[in-house]
Amino acid sequence: MSDTETTENEVDIEKLPDDAAVDLQAEFEKSQVQEVLDKLDNELVGLVPVKTRIKEIAALLLVDRLRRRFSLTSETPTLHMNFTGNPGTGKTTVALRMAEILHRLGYVREGHLVSVTRDDLVGQYIGHTAPKTKAIIKKAMGGVLFIDEAYYLYKPENERDYGGESIEILLQVMENHRDDLVVILAGYKDKMDKFFESNPGMRSRIAHHLDFPDYTADELEQIADLMLAEQSYQLSDCARQALSEYIPIRMQLSHFANARSIRNALDRARLRQANRLFASRDKELKKEDLITLTEADFRASRVFLDGKLDGDPADGIMNDMNFNEN
Amino acid sequence: MAMPNPAKRVTQGQFSFLPDLTDEQILAQIKYALKNDWAVNVEYTDDPHPRNTYWEMFGLPMFDLKDPAGILMEINECRKTFPDMYIRVTAFDNTHGWEAPRMSYIVNRPSSEPGFRLHRQNREGRNIGYSIDSYAADKPEGERP
Repeated sequence: MSDTETTENEVDIEKLPDDAAVDLQAEFEKSQVQEVLDKLDNELVGLVPVKTRIKEIAALLLVDRLRRRFSLTSETPTLHMNFTGNPGTGKTTVALRMAEILHRLGYVREGHLVSVTRDDLVGQYIGHTAPKTKAIIKKAMGGVLFIDEAYYLYKPENERDYGGESIEILLQVMENHRDDLVVILAGYKDKMDKFFESNPGMRSRIAHHLDFPDYTADELEQIADLMLAEQSYQLSDCARQALSEYIPIRMQLSHFANARSIRNALDRARLRQANRLFASRDKELKKEDLITLTEADFRASRVFLDGKLDGDPADGIMNDMNFNEN
Repeated sequence: MAMPNPAKRVTQGQFSFLPDLTDEQILAQIKYALKNDWAVNVEYTDDPHPRNTYWEMFGLPMFDLKDPAGILMEINECRKTFPDMYIRVTAFDNTHGWEAPRMSYIVNRPSSEPGFRLHRQNREGRNIGYSIDSYAADKPEGERP
């Protein structure tokens, strides 16, 4: 086979003479990174420090590319990252975007994201871990390997745990195959700090530590708007009021998972809306009815009624739905 | 008598009449296989007999890969483990109706390739049957270089 197809990278890196001038703006436009950055801005509310860092990384890679065209030595920068933050703060979403940005800048060849947890990397018996970890690494090559809850890899309380083996292989690959894949670790801040304390080699191989702040109530409301718009729903005015009352209360309760909790709340509101429409099925429905979530859909939440979480199986949402009585 | 093979090289699979592929060329070939959604395997043997169809697999077949770098990593691992054996890369097409290897090429050869011995058997009616033996497989398994 003669694979005449050359990748974008190879075309781009035509060497330039010393006195040539390059247009950083043109290069920037050609890479179409702005598109991804815009998408990041539009789809992700808040997260200013994260966005700033991503823009910095994009700039670094862009300048790096220009340097290479002047045949200036520039070692491939280490781009392994560590995302810390509470659940639901957008770590996975940002990782996805990151893969796309790195791909557009020609840092990774394929730009896919392989998202794994401890179970995918660590085996159950001796000799099981290495092939498993290697298989995942091979899958992630040319893209981004995203290890969620990475601190689970290291379990110091069990000295026979195979996680260490997996970490060792990862470290080796992170060092020797920097051109082939980018590793992103993610997890809660305190646990990740502990993880790095016991694995100093890991810490030093990660160049970028990004901390994802919790969302404020306002930001969560904006997120809710985005989610609703995506699914073609809208809020009535009273419902909006109910939602903005709901969010601060929910934030105080346990198991609050930022955007994820909001999504769940909206899903339950949709459930109640569907049930409400079903209960009055003798009436004719308009499109308006199908897309509007009303105040009642939110006020029925147990968060309002008795300040507890929704969805306990014993006395949860199914109780106020009365499928049988209709 | 030796088989006519002036370069003393086993010629089987793709590209075997060409100079050995460079790693870069191997990567390009694997990329082509991956583009077609074929599963790529690394296999090795010390017996290059043309009818020796089933070589030992090095590791597991690699499904769902996007990038050839991982397979080259495996090839290099295999070269390190069996520097003096034949190593080939095959690409298996699992689409219905094919279910067969679509590519196969050698990526590593032993330092010396002794070739094959031709046997002639006299059969009834002055017929002659032919068979070949690879010199490389003369010694029992495990004692070959």
